[in-house]
Amino acid sequence: MAVDLSVTLSGRTLPNPVMTASGCAANGRELHRFFDVSTLGAFVTKTVMMDPRSGRGTPRMAETSSGMLNSIGLQGPGIHAFVAKDLPWLKSVGARVLVSIAGNTAGEFADVAKVLVDSDAFDCVVGVEVNISCPNVANRGLVFACDPLASGKVIALVREQLPRDVPMFAKLTPDVTDIVSIADAAVKSGATGLTMINTLLGMVIDTDRLRPQLGGITGGLSGPSIRPVAVRALWQVTAAMREGRFLTVPLIGVGGVRTGRDALELIAAGATAVQVGTATFNDPTAPQRVLTELEALAESHGVARISELVAVAHDRMVIP
Amino acid sequence: MSTATRDSGVVQVRGEVIAIRRAGAYHHLTIVAPGVAELARPGQFAALAVGGPTTGNLLRRSFSIHKVSPSGTYGGTLDLVIAAKGAGTEWLTALRAHDTVDVVAPLGRPFPLPTEAVPTVLVGGGYGSAPLFWLADVLRERGCTVEMVLGAASEDRLFGVVEARRAADRVTVTTDDGSAGQRGWVSDVLPEVFRRTGAPVAYACGPMGMLQSVTRVAAEHGAVAQVAVEESMACGVGVCMTCVMPVRGKDGVTAMVRSCVEGPVFRGDRIRWEAFHDGVCGVPEDAVGAPKVGGH
Repeated sequence: MAVDLSVTLSGRTLPNPVMTASGCAANGRELHRFFDVSTLGAFVTKTVMMDPRSGRGTPRMAETSSGMLNSIGLQGPGIHAFVAKDLPWLKSVGARVLVSIAGNTAGEFADVAKVLVDSDAFDCVVGVEVNISCPNVANRGLVFACDPLASGKVIALVREQLPRDVPMFAKLTPDVTDIVSIADAAVKSGATGLTMINTLLGMVIDTDRLRPQLGGITGGLSGPSIRPVAVRALWQVTAAMREGRFLTVPLIGVGGVRTGRDALELIAAGATAVQVGTATFNDPTAPQRVLTELEALAESHGVARISELVAVAHDRMVIP
Repeated sequence: MSTATRDSGVVQVRGEVIAIRRAGAYHHLTIVAPGVAELARPGQFAALAVGGPTTGNLLRRSFSIHKVSPSGTYGGTLDLVIAAKGAGTEWLTALRAHDTVDVVAPLGRPFPLPTEAVPTVLVGGGYGSAPLFWLADVLRERGCTVEMVLGAASEDRLFGVVEARRAADRVTVTTDDGSAGQRGWVSDVLPEVFRRTGAPVAYACGPMGMLQSVTRVAAEHGAVAQVAVEESMACGVGVCMTCVMPVRGKDGVTAMVRSCVEGPVFRGDRIRWEAFHDGVCGVPEDAVGAPKVGGH
């Protein structure tokens, strides 16, 4: 019997739990050449800020063992061009869109959210993902998501701009001492869900030239090599919510998903939905393939609904 | 296996290698890749996955298409020229007949063709010459004359000299060390070629430094250079944003554009060459959304 793949995230029901990951799928047109992006649970757009941004110079990437390092620098068209061109296109093909936003300051996040909410195609938006893993200009470039207060401030300001029924996910970095305290701050400030994890900060040195390989010197590590970090983060935050340390909210898992089995691993750790990121560079059909593989795996586990597998590993621990 | 194209001008196929042979310092692969030949144009490229389905090398390797053949004993084929210089290209050049490789092609914008029969100059640096023979055939079909200039560090790093003599009306070869042809760079012989042919357009593919000099010499002779650039790419399909470079648009405004979808062929005089320094490219201050002091 077919497994019911639908999942509900903060009141919005999606036909399945598989999404693209922000920054790994551009804004849809490119991947739509390979598969219909409306078949995914949601399409997650590249992080957009208020103004157009060139991003950094090159080299912007370095291949690593089972992964890569990137230093794009949040290149993007700005929110006005995004709502004029990209969002209407996604709506026209029937995609459900999770829009990733960021700002140089907490106030800019809110301004970007306001433009988005006021746009004509806003009805295709199933949620906003707040990329707080970007540098806070007002605090010497320290990443918002490394500081519970700064994270909470951004989330609270964006929340004020969004209609109450619009889900808002805070995207967390694993580069912190205690991700649970950041998750707690985001949820207390109004996040209706959390996306975990963003990239890990890394660096590669070109051993021919003996200099940093990336133009931006450091970059974000992604790909299958970081999947155990994502599983750990999802596990810790899920465990904290199950212990009642803060309100239980849905989690979106992201980090190194390449196969349906990888997606299931994140789901079993606590994710309700799963994003496919760097694997898309290897295989442009990866999000669709992961969905197909995940469906077959869920069926092999004999469940009627995929949601039965969310956080299931927490109940299966053998304690001798 | 061939993934549906959705009528989008590109296919993803599991290709089968049918021939691999040495060509000087390079390897020449012929891959059965149904559906590519019907769509491809000279100047476009193919992005290959490396290492098999469980590989730890996730990023695709991109190569300009040497030639395509729509049908034959094995179905449509795709020919690529590869230099083994890292883990991915070493894996590709170690493939043997009947091995499979995941191919996404054709990608990028092809060389724009002249609307009239004009003299043309084609310049290849190293194995950057790979797409030029096919381009020469297309140009000559349109009544253009083709003069080809091939340059490399040394004789073994030239590609396609014999093929050039078939494909072009005249061929000049240069090597840095004088091991074949004239000693020196392609830019040493190009002024004479432009003077002799009066060509209004040059097509070039090769290292960035060479493309810059072809652009400069072309401009000095009133010609436009159409250059196929090299920039490292993670995906090849337009989603990773790693292969950008500063290019001036028709409106004169510079933007960091993706060489995989807006390129790889650009008008040479639109590329902001001054931003490139020893393997690093900066963002010109006047580029759209360039970092402001304290802004990034």
